[in-house]
Amino acid sequence: MGIGTFFTSKLDEAIGWARKYSIFQYPFVTACCGMEYMATACSHYDIDRFGAGLPRFSPRQADVLFVVGTISHKMAPVLKRVYDQMTEPKWVVAFGVCTCTGGFYDNYATVQGIDTIIPVDVYIPGCPPRPESVIDGLMKLQDKIATQVQRF
Amino acid sequence: MAETTRREFMLGEGSGTGSGSQNLHVGVGPAHPAMHGIIRIVTELDGEAIVRADVEIGYLHRAFEKDCEAGGYNNAIPYTDRLNYVSPLINNFGYCAVVEKLLGIDVTERCKYIRVIMAEISRICDHLTCIGASAMELGAFTVFLYMIKAREFLWELVEDVTGARLTISYGRVGGVKADLPDGFASSVAKAFKQTREVLDEVHRLLTGNRIFMDRMVGVGVLSREVTIAYAITGPLLRAVGMPYDVRRAQPYDVYDRLEFQIPTQTDGDNYARYLVRMAEMEQSMRIVEQALALIPGGPINVDFEGRPIDPASYVDLGKQGKTEGLLLVPITLSPNLQGSERPAHARVNAHDKRVVLPPKETTYGSIEGLMNHFMLIMEGYGIRPPQGEAYVAVEGANGELGFYVVSDGTDRPYRVRCRPPCLPPMAALHRMIEGEMVADLIPTFGSVNMIGGELDR
Amino acid sequence: MDGAAILAALTARFGSGVVETHDHRGDHTAVVTREALPGVLAWCRDEPSLGFAMLTDLTAVDYLKYPGHADGPRFEVVYHLYSLAHNHRLRLKVKVDEDDPVVPTAVDLWPIANWFEREVWDMFGVRFAGHPDLRRLLMYEEFVGHPLRKDYPIDRRQPLIGPTT
Repeated sequence: MGIGTFFTSKLDEAIGWARKYSIFQYPFVTACCGMEYMATACSHYDIDRFGAGLPRFSPRQADVLFVVGTISHKMAPVLKRVYDQMTEPKWVVAFGVCTCTGGFYDNYATVQGIDTIIPVDVYIPGCPPRPESVIDGLMKLQDKIATQVQRF
Repeated sequence: MAETTRREFMLGEGSGTGSGSQNLHVGVGPAHPAMHGIIRIVTELDGEAIVRADVEIGYLHRAFEKDCEAGGYNNAIPYTDRLNYVSPLINNFGYCAVVEKLLGIDVTERCKYIRVIMAEISRICDHLTCIGASAMELGAFTVFLYMIKAREFLWELVEDVTGARLTISYGRVGGVKADLPDGFASSVAKAFKQTREVLDEVHRLLTGNRIFMDRMVGVGVLSREVTIAYAITGPLLRAVGMPYDVRRAQPYDVYDRLEFQIPTQTDGDNYARYLVRMAEMEQSMRIVEQALALIPGGPINVDFEGRPIDPASYVDLGKQGKTEGLLLVPITLSPNLQGSERPAHARVNAHDKRVVLPPKETTYGSIEGLMNHFMLIMEGYGIRPPQGEAYVAVEGANGELGFYVVSDGTDRPYRVRCRPPCLPPMAALHRMIEGEMVADLIPTFGSVNMIGGELDR
Repeated sequence: MDGAAILAALTARFGSGVVETHDHRGDHTAVVTREALPGVLAWCRDEPSLGFAMLTDLTAVDYLKYPGHADGPRFEVVYHLYSLAHNHRLRLKVKVDEDDPVVPTAVDLWPIANWFEREVWDMFGVRFAGHPDLRRLLMYEEFVGHPLRKDYPIDRRQPLIGPTT
């Protein structure tokens, strides 16, 4: 019995390690945060060294949904649909304060935080967040991926 | 259309199908990598050719105009940053220009030069992003990496001056937030040298590239009549041969004293727009270099003894009643951010107490300064232009960026309207792509440089 | 052509169609009646000495809360024109009442008016007679109301999905 849990926990760790270093993100880019996302993904700050360098522009092929930029009420059903189309295991990163809480757009057109629509794993505040914040958020996401109970 | 059975539908036969084929409706977007996130184009395709296209916008509507009415005149500046978020300084200065026009005030010389310098740096960033993104969408990923690398050099300059990389909120009604830091001219020289190297590399990679030319030449053509009828300005208008540039036609700030060319092409296709943007970047760098050479120093306040003192001694002198000339004395530990100290503040802000906040030394150091600050910040007071309306157009990276502000005499704008330069090309987009093939949609849309924050406001 | 000369030519040609003119802060503006509007716009575009080939902006202002306008017409539709050939600008305004917010369309003169007018309909509720396809531009179809009107509260929520806060 002890041997069984040893193996499954080691297997969990191994799978967690593999998953955290092969992040295929779907950058759902809408607004200004997209510029900082581009800056983080390119040569100066480079998220490719974390294994997250290849964006997959199809929800069926991605596992992390980076919601980058303000989500308006017109866009919300599209976001929900893209999230539903992703297969498990999937994670969501709310990039930028507009996705965390709506930002300073407290008005008729903006969703006040995407966690009212989809479950969020990591919140990266900032308007827009500096690339260092993004990398910090990505590393927290990696910790979460590595340590969660792996289902496969 | 007559009812078709399932077999007829699948095989393209039957009475309702005409020539044996039917058009396919394909929706491109709104979540699409090359749609810059937020445009939906519902296309009707006959094979590969686009027969009809309907462009749907509004997925990034963030109520900019309504939000601006909710606060004071300076409160709207962060909202203007997020209009054209790749060249935010131009939006800031355009908005500040229209409020200054309503107030009837003029900014200092040095401030005008600073606005020109920062606006041109922003314009270069915009063109870098546009060309990089549209090249990436064609598959040239290297060009994207090079352009973003060059943009990082410029963003470091912007960060030195304004404190932030992207959403800078640098303009103020009556001036700018802070003066240029020391050594700015040499950082600009270094950054431009690196940017010119990058542009040279990109020229060698793209301009004569067979694949790039095949995809861009003759694609997305707009004739001159259609371009003007759709009120399209900016690089798209200059790509059809009309040298209309607001900086030359109705010069603002100090553009009339600087020498620069307006690059034009004649073909009106995507390749012409690419060439116009590449040439404009070089012209913008020329403008910045000339402005840095011509920029005036402006009056610098020095104390009557000429020595700065530390804050504790300053407060002690005040408490002891030795206040003669105290407001002229500079303090070594400034309560300000770099560039906003009292001498620098006077250089870059209009000398108008009803509009411009006093420097922090004066706010903390004298009762008049405190009252001035109070009157400008508290609700019900603030900047109050006389009743009226004004329209100012500046040259944004995509064309004529206009701001129309209606003032009702209170401290909040009654109506702020932003005339987005990328809305006319998006209205004309269906003309550009109908008749082209589906794959031509991507470079055409990239060359329009639609920026969602500006389009949907 | 000088701005004052443009306004003089307009008043001379259209007489009572031009209600008032001003040039506050140097922006030459003419307020015209709704009936005279199509003629004025067409003449501005086609007359060679004016040559306003570009309709740079078409927007509206809601004067409900403006001090001193309480009993006047509620909306004002504003046209900004620019001439490439002569490098001059003009602003034209038309006042419309709340009970009858209809203005003749400018789509036949400048095709860009299609989208500008759709936006004015979306944001203010002013209709454009003769517009081929007057539907919302920025808001979604299910949206109720016209957001830029002064009596539309900025924080009213009408989500398509999700909670209402």
